[in-house]
Amino acid sequence: MSVTTQGSLGNAAVKTDQAAYAAIARAKRRDIIFSVGGLVVMAIAMTLLLTLIGDLVVRGLGRIDYDFLTNFPSRKAERAGILSAWVGSLLVMLVTALLAIPIGVAAGLYLEEYARKGWLANLIEINVANLAGVPSIIYGLLAVGMFVYGMNLGKTVLVAGMTLALLILPIVIVSTREAVRAIPKIIKEGAYGLGADQWQVMWNYILPAARPGILTGAIVGLSRAIGETAPIITIGALTFIAFLPPAPITGEFPFINFDWLNAPFTVLPIQMFNWVSRPQADFHTNAAATGVVLMALTLSLNGVAIWIRYRLRKGSRN
Amino acid sequence: MTNSAIPTGSELIKSGFVKRRRMIAGIMRVFLFLSAALSIFVTTAIVYILLRDSWPFFMQIPLTDFLFGTMWTPVFADPQFGVLPLLLATLQTAGLAMLIAIPFGLTMAIYLSEYAKPAVREVIKPALEMLEAVPTVVYGYFALLVMTPFLQQFVPGLKGINLLVPGIILGIMILPYVVSVSEDAMRAVPNGLREGAYALGMAKWQVAVKVVIPGAFSGITAAFILGMSRAVGETMVLAIAAGQNPNLTWDPREGAATITAYIVQMSLGDVAHGSLAYQTIFAVGLLLFLITLFFNVVGFYLRRKFREVY
Amino acid sequence: MMDTGMTPKASDTSTLPPIKPAAESEPLCARIEGFSFFYSNGMQAIKNVDMPILDRKVTAIIGPSGCGKSTLLRSLNRMHDLYPGNRYEGRVILEQDGENLIGPEADPVVVRLRVGMVFQKPNPFPKSIFENVAAGLRVRGIKNRAVIEEAVETALKRAAIWDEVKDKLHGSANDLSGGQQQRLCIARALAPNPEILLLDEPTSALDPIATAKVEDLIQDLAETVTVVIVTHNMQQAARISHRTAFMYLGQLIEFGETSQIFTSPKHPSTESYITGRYG
Repeated sequence: MSVTTQGSLGNAAVKTDQAAYAAIARAKRRDIIFSVGGLVVMAIAMTLLLTLIGDLVVRGLGRIDYDFLTNFPSRKAERAGILSAWVGSLLVMLVTALLAIPIGVAAGLYLEEYARKGWLANLIEINVANLAGVPSIIYGLLAVGMFVYGMNLGKTVLVAGMTLALLILPIVIVSTREAVRAIPKIIKEGAYGLGADQWQVMWNYILPAARPGILTGAIVGLSRAIGETAPIITIGALTFIAFLPPAPITGEFPFINFDWLNAPFTVLPIQMFNWVSRPQADFHTNAAATGVVLMALTLSLNGVAIWIRYRLRKGSRN
Repeated sequence: MTNSAIPTGSELIKSGFVKRRRMIAGIMRVFLFLSAALSIFVTTAIVYILLRDSWPFFMQIPLTDFLFGTMWTPVFADPQFGVLPLLLATLQTAGLAMLIAIPFGLTMAIYLSEYAKPAVREVIKPALEMLEAVPTVVYGYFALLVMTPFLQQFVPGLKGINLLVPGIILGIMILPYVVSVSEDAMRAVPNGLREGAYALGMAKWQVAVKVVIPGAFSGITAAFILGMSRAVGETMVLAIAAGQNPNLTWDPREGAATITAYIVQMSLGDVAHGSLAYQTIFAVGLLLFLITLFFNVVGFYLRRKFREVY
Repeated sequence: MMDTGMTPKASDTSTLPPIKPAAESEPLCARIEGFSFFYSNGMQAIKNVDMPILDRKVTAIIGPSGCGKSTLLRSLNRMHDLYPGNRYEGRVILEQDGENLIGPEADPVVVRLRVGMVFQKPNPFPKSIFENVAAGLRVRGIKNRAVIEEAVETALKRAAIWDEVKDKLHGSANDLSGGQQQRLCIARALAPNPEILLLDEPTSALDPIATAKVEDLIQDLAETVTVVIVTHNMQQAARISHRTAFMYLGQLIEFGETSQIFTSPKHPSTESYITGRYG
């Protein structure tokens, strides 16, 4: 014997069920639309960028050869090269790295490990965050007013290096702080417990442990500096340089030469800007080729940074 | 058992080792402090230099002429110093950039934080970071030589130098930054809130729209404000593709110099140190600094407020 | 801890005044006198503690969680100085030279040069085994390779881990087991010959076999160095210490010979605790 219930609520319950199922189906559809939409938007943005980059590579890659890398700029597009530009970029980066990394790491250490919570630490913190957002061209104006004319240093490799060092300082500071913050407290206490003073703890324990994180930040900062154009233009870097700065290493005693610091210079992005601004299409090819070199530099630097961080994360899991 | 070659604490004091070490630690402490204080010095120096070198300009040109004048012809025989054309071009391109960055950025951030599988995120996040590293002069090349000729086929009256294309490119440029900051904000929304919403039977998109976005609202707003600040301060794309001709226009198909483009233009020419033309660079630089400072401070506090909530 | 299900008499017994430690006949390493400690939030974690620390003996501090035993131990090498706003009161006098470890003129770094510490969780540095043990020597500016090598070997032997690691001294310390890591940390603290060795629940993160090894080691150590150990484990205190201090709510309730504390405690609170009525 089986009994089928009549159901005092009648069809009302069934209807509600149907409505609920419909709502769920609708929500599911919207979910699919949303996730597909997200993918599509991502795909549009990525395709656009890849197209642009692809276009740059197609136009520029064929132009890059030995002559292009070893020639000075020229009035004739097909004879022009980027020798003075990449040498200039290299020297400027050297100055930037030597200044920004030690100072940025020191500042990051101070803020994370030394500074007492208080108005001063707060002020410096807000300040670093703000400096990270100051447009790069403003750093250029600072350099003009302070280094070029204020200190009478001229439009030199040294000034460009110092300016870019100030520009990337916040990046180095922030990454140092994050790396230092990630070190377990028990490791620090262990080091202090041995009788190490604060500097010994920093030098022997904190800095070695934070090194990968600091390195990542420094590389990201340098990759940003290498592509910076605006502040260097503001300083007044020349766009047409057909000579190299004096070599930093000489054959004679004392083997090291600092004259290059005071030499006029140009850098890769300036060279590219210069060629983009020309009306002739041949120079645009040169610009594309320079762009390819620049992109290769910045992207490979960033790739290294991402790789270090990836290894760091894998290491810390074990 | 104990090794006499190892000095005890009191021996270390007597031998002067402790004193020497204390001195080194003290010197390093000072060095570290000076390095940290350098950031304050840099800010102060920026403000000081901008004020010092624009002061003579503001002594000669009334502030109202500067802020509300509609002509910017500083090197003409009859110079006019109304900053409005530069300001309008700056805000127009930044606004166009936001029109691109807000919808695209928000969708991408929601996708990354709520929908994407961890493996997908692991690939896309570094890719976005790599894009942040593309030099701006390369974006300028894209705008002038690739995008503008392409869009001229579809947009009637689009000039070779215009505001529209740099605006779009700026939007793409700040996208990685905006996405990564707002995605961080969304991911910081505690999972408990999400679980509560799912327990009520909400679908994923409802959770995203009704829980995650409101929960991360100040963080997301901060991302866009900081993105806006970057767009306003960006230089090379505009100097290359928006032209260097001050032009008071509401038509994005026309070219017009922005504040940054003007600074580049003057720096490229031979501007005599101390001349009025030199001072104009610092006057508009000061204005630019104040605008970005405003955005940065608002963005900073929104972000901090957001972090305090979670 | 076991819950006997009986209503603890703690509420009435804790109102009884603590029993001051009796005068010691054995030689002392240090004396804690009228010691109080305040955290930066104003909370008083330790209230007016008087306690002798016997020379080259094991002194155990026991008590329920939050009784202040770790706080007291960490005061002895000024760990609280690493965080702002903490305050010490009273004196901790080293018998040898009368130095007050928590006095305003004492440099916390110098105090830590004299008083070594081993922590709850093994915390080897992410370096080689050798460098971990040598760390304290390098902090003291010792550069002579031969001296360092000898001291490392001596310390590893004293910490009873030499045989296990002598073939992989330059391997990473992180590859050791938890128990080995903790003995390595003890070797690290021993290498520079501290006058006092502080152990903060050194076996709480270890399995029973590793715990037994560390306990044996601590008993051997007491022949050459003064040991103060904080432990949550009463059996451990009973097994390895010569003197036991019972703390409750920041006060030193009772102090005495270990056998006396565990067999015939004088204070009702001590009795409640060792019979497992609270913990």
